[in-house]
Amino acid sequence: MNIYGIRAIYRFEMARTFRTIWESIAAPVLTTSLYFIVFGKAIGSRMGDIDSVSYGAFIIPGLVMLSLLNESISNASFGIYMPKWAGTIYELLSAPVSWAEALLGYVGAAATKSVMLGLLILGTARLFVPYEIAHPWWMIAFLLLTAVTFSLFGFIIGLWADSFQKLQVIPMLVVTPLTFLGGAFYSINMLPPLWQKITLFNPVVYLISGFRWSFYGIADVNVATSIGMTFGFLIICLTFVWWVFKTGYKIRN
Amino acid sequence: MTSDNTNPIIFVRGINKTYSGGFQALKNINLDIKRGEIFALLGPNGAGKTTLISIICGIVNATSGTITADGHDTVRDYRAARASIGLVPQELHTDAFESVWATVKFSRGLFGKAPNAAYLEKVLRDLSLWDKRNQKIKDLSGGMKRRVLIAKALAHEPTILFLDEPSAGVDVELRHDMWRMVRELRAQGTTIILTTHYIEEAEEMADRIGVIDKGELIVVEDKARLMRKLGKKQLTLVLRKPMTSLPAGLNAWPLTLSDNGHTLIYSFDSQKEESGIAELLRTLSEHGIDFKDLRSTESSLEDIFVSLVHKPTETQE
Ligand SMILES: Nc1ncnc2c1ncn2[C@@H]1O[C@H](COP(=O)(O)OP(=O)(O)O)[C@@H](O)[C@H]1O
Ligand SMILES: [Mg+2]
Repeated sequence: MNIYGIRAIYRFEMARTFRTIWESIAAPVLTTSLYFIVFGKAIGSRMGDIDSVSYGAFIIPGLVMLSLLNESISNASFGIYMPKWAGTIYELLSAPVSWAEALLGYVGAAATKSVMLGLLILGTARLFVPYEIAHPWWMIAFLLLTAVTFSLFGFIIGLWADSFQKLQVIPMLVVTPLTFLGGAFYSINMLPPLWQKITLFNPVVYLISGFRWSFYGIADVNVATSIGMTFGFLIICLTFVWWVFKTGYKIRN
Repeated sequence: MTSDNTNPIIFVRGINKTYSGGFQALKNINLDIKRGEIFALLGPNGAGKTTLISIICGIVNATSGTITADGHDTVRDYRAARASIGLVPQELHTDAFESVWATVKFSRGLFGKAPNAAYLEKVLRDLSLWDKRNQKIKDLSGGMKRRVLIAKALAHEPTILFLDEPSAGVDVELRHDMWRMVRELRAQGTTIILTTHYIEEAEEMADRIGVIDKGELIVVEDKARLMRKLGKKQLTLVLRKPMTSLPAGLNAWPLTLSDNGHTLIYSFDSQKEESGIAELLRTLSEHGIDFKDLRSTESSLEDIFVSLVHKPTETQE
């Protein structure tokens, strides 16, 4: 196990984060604050409670998830795409680093960054809305699991992409719609019966539902199912990455 | 291969590479690199030099064939193999926003070595980079970036160093520094493999030379032996009166008429004790052939290289 190698990659990625600290942290915090002002205060004040949780508090877990997904994907995809684009990947490819180790470095750093961001958003939310966390350990577990899974997913996108457009297309065309339709701003019980069924095909529903349960003890879908679905997606991503690395697909052609 | 091939550090056996587009960049490459030597890989653009280096270093997968580096299979035992290799790539691929110090530290860690600030300081000092250690790489000149890449390649104390076209776009000063450093590394036991278009440099630096063209390794030979084998001297005589043919008495001499019979060219082996020039001149005067000028030329490695690339079959062993 090349511990020094993992550490070098991890530190390199974290240094990149802190170099662009404003883009990395300020923008998502600002966006989230705007959400709270618009949805939490302005609109939320006219909405009734959902399952006896105020609307402002209800949307917090969803908003954190929204940022967590976007940040995990963009951090990790950028992290591996940049060396490909700049040509510096030659060094990684010629180093005594296994793919598992490279993953630990890149995905670990991306996940760390998005967890830090998630906590920062939770802190920001506190300034707007009072809330309690019923199951803090489960909350952390969901945060970590989601960050790792979607950082892995982002890593795959970064490997696959051969242009900046491709780097953006999946987050924009797939992930953003799925998160918006994933119940960040509403309970799926508020949907018409048919849509309640259709929406279950959206993996983000499970993430947000499980995460919200860790806050308020309320959930749209069974918590065990939520955890199972997240692990399922994690395993799909891992299998895909393993296959990519085994074949050298597109990288060592 | 040469017979005194006692202690190879790299074995390349039957390497083929066909890129995904279907282009075959390497054809059945077999090559031994001796421990501690400076080996120059010469070939025109697109010959496959970078491809071969990239395969040895693990950047590109071979289509078939095997390689061992320092006794380790580069695929099965890639960790040990790669840990022994440092690579300075052809292109100036650097992390623009990193500082010089951060990037060499990164390289050392990436290759699995414990931090060693004293060693890295020495590397940077040797490359005149120490004063620039806190600068961002993007603010450095091209030559300085090349130095950074060399420092990165040396950061993990490799026993094998690859330099892919190290002289391309490099100023005289850096070239001097670089060759001084290469000699020092060799003196410390590092094996060095370089590719270059500067044939004089290969001639000056290398112990052995391999010539590659269109994906085929045409010849691998000691530099001195290659020069001896192919190094020819020529004596050119500018005649007073042009001749249409040589007198019969000169048939025994390796002479050719050229320039419409205005010049006579005598080729001889530069390594032989006796050039035969004195005797030739005597014989010419006996036949009443007079000349107004003469000059002698020696074939450079460049001539050898050109003749090999254009007539590979004649020179193959
Ligand atoms: N990634 C690639 N895909 C397809 N062809 C390539 C690739 N890289 C190099 N080639 C081709 O392989 C040949 C050898 O290239 P290269 O090894 O870079 O040559 P050299 O370093 O001797 O100039 C060239 O014809 C080049 O166009
Ligand atoms: Mg090249």
